[in-house]
Amino acid sequence: MTAALAVEGLSVSFGDRSRGDAGRRAVVHDVSFTVTAGETFGLIGPSGCGKTTVLRTIAGLNTDWQGAICVGDIALVPGRKIEGRLRDDVQMVFQDPHSSLHPRHRVEHILGEPLAIRGISGVASKVTELLEQVGLAAHMVSRFPHQLSGGQRQRVAIARALLLKPKLLLLDEPTSALDVSAQAGILNLLADLKRDHGTTLVLVSHDPGVVGHLCDRAARMAKGRLETILDRSALSRLS
Amino acid sequence: MAEPLLRIEDLTISFPSRQGQGAVVRSVSFEVGAEIVAVVGESGSGKSLTGRAIMGLLPPRAETTAKTLSFEGRDLTRLAAAHWRALRGSAIALILQDPKYSLNPSMRVGRQVEETLLLHTSLSARERREKALAMLSRVGFDDPQRVHASYPRELSGGMGQRAMIAAMLINKPSLLIADEATSALDHDLQVQILELLGGLTRELGMGLLLISHDLQQVARFADRVLVMRQGTIVDRLAASELADATHPYTLALWNARPSGVTYGTRLPTVADEMEP
Repeated sequence: MTAALAVEGLSVSFGDRSRGDAGRRAVVHDVSFTVTAGETFGLIGPSGCGKTTVLRTIAGLNTDWQGAICVGDIALVPGRKIEGRLRDDVQMVFQDPHSSLHPRHRVEHILGEPLAIRGISGVASKVTELLEQVGLAAHMVSRFPHQLSGGQRQRVAIARALLLKPKLLLLDEPTSALDVSAQAGILNLLADLKRDHGTTLVLVSHDPGVVGHLCDRAARMAKGRLETILDRSALSRLS
Repeated sequence: MAEPLLRIEDLTISFPSRQGQGAVVRSVSFEVGAEIVAVVGESGSGKSLTGRAIMGLLPPRAETTAKTLSFEGRDLTRLAAAHWRALRGSAIALILQDPKYSLNPSMRVGRQVEETLLLHTSLSARERREKALAMLSRVGFDDPQRVHASYPRELSGGMGQRAMIAAMLINKPSLLIADEATSALDHDLQVQILELLGGLTRELGMGLLLISHDLQQVARFADRVLVMRQGTIVDRLAASELADATHPYTLALWNARPSGVTYGTRLPTVADEMEP
């Protein structure tokens, strides 16, 4: 079985390439891990440990990296944005649903646009179906993001990421901006996706409770390096 | 019992809406002495507004009524603006969620820590500096001189929040209100900052009002817990009794926290996500 995601010797640096190595700061060093299809994999560590950078690189949002990244059987190319099928296959949910949804677009527009662009028919019914899947009532389509609670907004962001039936869903602190009970609702939703659709999830979080609750395996990161891989018995001790 | 630091009886806060006045905090009553009291609830439960009402920081269109709202025996409902200014920062201090927004980005940290002394005392510049350095080392900075001369952007989130705590505690207020003071920090730092806040307030004999959405987290540091929902206090209990809480809402908040042992189970949700 091929891995859903394979990361091998990933290093990421930020800064000005024209000034040579002096102007550059390495933020991720030699990180390797694989995620099997249907698995929920966590990346955990304190602020600044490089976990979000790893995730953004897999999403094609950092193009300045070295090593190898494969999503299914397709390899990402350093220096290039992701293209072709990968743009459907890899989707990301960001930490703050306030800033990741267009403030002047209604939910129907936010969710309908990616389908319309791809010339997919039956947009309205697909959007309704998706809202139901993420636990939102059908009449929410006419709302603007500011008319939704934080938890509802994050549900819309998750629906947006699920639209194109991605093989790999990347989640960057998806519940950090929410209160504990809204967080519980989103974690239940993610557990449902995992169970009912076999979606492969990579979850970044600083919260050991969240990673311990949702993930099948996780990598602990510190200072840009992967320290250990935690299996279920190690994860069950997190709180 | 001696007069508590803070006494609130029948506090109601309402905002004008299309349907007339809409009450967002209804008949809230509690007291705070030299102790740590946690006010816990979901977003929109009115916990932050209650904290702001104590500081007199509600927006002008908010209408506040209370049978009693007194601090150290002084009636806050009838306080003139000048008296509010004398009280705030000096006797009651407030720490907000994110040091990125609550510290002035263009002013050195030391100056901001000293500001309360500048406004409320007649200490000399040298005395203020000495006090600020002592306070910065008290909140855990190894090199207070360097932090004193730093700008907020040179500090990490946890360091920024430590600097905020130093600034708020330097004039020894008798009551500190911490409104989600650790929510913007990562998990390990949250615990560190709460330990620091709890330790310092006990050491200084102050009252601390910990406003938070995370019941399990604040319960470890609080003496008493008030649970708010939709503008009212629905449950109040000693932190030590939380394990045996019987109120369904308190239980739901308590059990909503995920951990390694809840893997594979559904977490209880109290928010009805279908309708706002």
